[in-house]
Amino acid sequence: MPVPFAQTTDKYDVIVIGSGLGGLTSANRLAYCGYKVLLLEYHSQLGGLATWFKRKGHIFDVSLHGFPYGMVKTCKKYWNREIMNSIVQLKNIIFDNPQFHLKTTFDRIDFTEKLISHFKIPQSTIDAFFTRVAGMNFYDDQTMTTRELFDEYFPGRSDVHRLLMEPISYANGSTLDDPAITYGIVFSNFMSKGVFTFEGGTDKLIGMMASELEKNGVTICTNCKVDRIVVDKGQVRGVECRGKMISAPSVVSNSGITNTIYNLAGKEAFSDTFMEKADKVRVNNSSCQVYMGIKKEESFADIGDLLFTSTAPEFNATELCDLHTRSKTFSVYYPKTRPGHNRYTIVASMNANYDDWKKFDKKQYALEKEALIERTLTDLERYLPEVREKIDWVEAATPSTFNRYTLHTRGTSFGTKFEGLDVSRSIFKEVDGLFHVGSVGIIMSGWLGAINYGVIASNDVDAFMRSRD
Amino acid sequence: MTRDEIKDLILEIIEDIDEDADFDALQADKPLRDQLDLDSMDFLDIVMELRKRHKLQIPEEDYPQLATLDSCVNYLEPLLTDA
Repeated sequence: MPVPFAQTTDKYDVIVIGSGLGGLTSANRLAYCGYKVLLLEYHSQLGGLATWFKRKGHIFDVSLHGFPYGMVKTCKKYWNREIMNSIVQLKNIIFDNPQFHLKTTFDRIDFTEKLISHFKIPQSTIDAFFTRVAGMNFYDDQTMTTRELFDEYFPGRSDVHRLLMEPISYANGSTLDDPAITYGIVFSNFMSKGVFTFEGGTDKLIGMMASELEKNGVTICTNCKVDRIVVDKGQVRGVECRGKMISAPSVVSNSGITNTIYNLAGKEAFSDTFMEKADKVRVNNSSCQVYMGIKKEESFADIGDLLFTSTAPEFNATELCDLHTRSKTFSVYYPKTRPGHNRYTIVASMNANYDDWKKFDKKQYALEKEALIERTLTDLERYLPEVREKIDWVEAATPSTFNRYTLHTRGTSFGTKFEGLDVSRSIFKEVDGLFHVGSVGIIMSGWLGAINYGVIASNDVDAFMRSRD
Repeated sequence: MTRDEIKDLILEIIEDIDEDADFDALQADKPLRDQLDLDSMDFLDIVMELRKRHKLQIPEEDYPQLATLDSCVNYLEPLLTDA
């Protein structure tokens, strides 16, 4: 449980700023290694974008849409078995667009079968493609784009490109113009065994993580916005929070990488060479979401767990982010999601640009939000014709909402493009004791990427702390 | 540490990571990754455990030296002479 800020002491071994899955995991690992850890979170709730909110008896999950099977091993190793045991498969993944309609378990075996039967691609081409992407590493050549990769194996097949790319664009904001290796790594992760979710919902997961942190002795404070990371003579000294200086030889920032550099540490803490690289980091797009809650006594038949829907003729990353995009996913939460709670909720997600929404005045913003909800309900009626009468709560989130709750630069939902990875990974070579963990480089994003990156960062912290002994 | 002790140390660490790991058919000169279903995160765990147990600091650029059981032993032997 979080403790009042007044209970914090003046000195810790490690201060973690932000409690996204990466920050939580770093804090947990480092406490487990025996360090005295303080975790400071700006919001009232832990979890960062792994979050939820309650309305009229509904619990809405913001980013619980499906993660790869690798999460099982990761939770077992870096959290605990209880958390691992709550991971269950989502078996019904639906694609519905003008080019094709199909249901899949989203794994290599089923995709191979669909590519042969539905798309008439020769098995040898499919096998060669899967082998190619499975062998990709983050340090491989990054000049090839995903578009070039697809054109090599499936030239002129915009339907196949859509099948392969659309889900990944929703998962991490990447496009056909990003490095093929980022695509290959993420896609292969999903293809190993399909899509999984956390039974009990995000609130249960974060609650279990908070208990584990407490067991390992992490001091947690919520509603605590860190104003500054204090750097002196190339070394971290600690942080300033609510007017108090708290010292620590190591600070792990789980704030966005751009926030960490420009707003928390300040660019004067870094060399010109480093800042040249940092200035080039592009943040990813943001999102819009529409949350719909079904009346207590109502239900509906199984329409699939995760639906990739679009009425746009072809896949196009610009169309996906357009203010009036015709493409969206529906994550459907049946009573099985939260056994005992027994409610139905649906969350529609769209990719979106921060600037499109930032430019509206208050009145226009409200009108656009209403129009977004209306378009979403109309789209949902294709799968659930009677749904309007069954809904008793609906509201929308925009890039401005994401920006307000997470403080992410331009409300980004997926961290940064590929170049952010190197900046994030090399920050501790610039400033002794300053580490970053969070969604960067496309590959280190999503729930699995964030947790694994938390482990990687804590390894760096541990190496640094031991080198001081 | 003798070469055999180092070998046992590595296998012990891997067993902690994955209790189902089957060492019976393990070939010491072949990549551990292919034979034991280890991924890059597992190798990071090995690095962290070696640091914890023997204060060994293995730089990132040396991680490829841990690819096979034999290469692990070759790499670690001079570092663990006094252990």
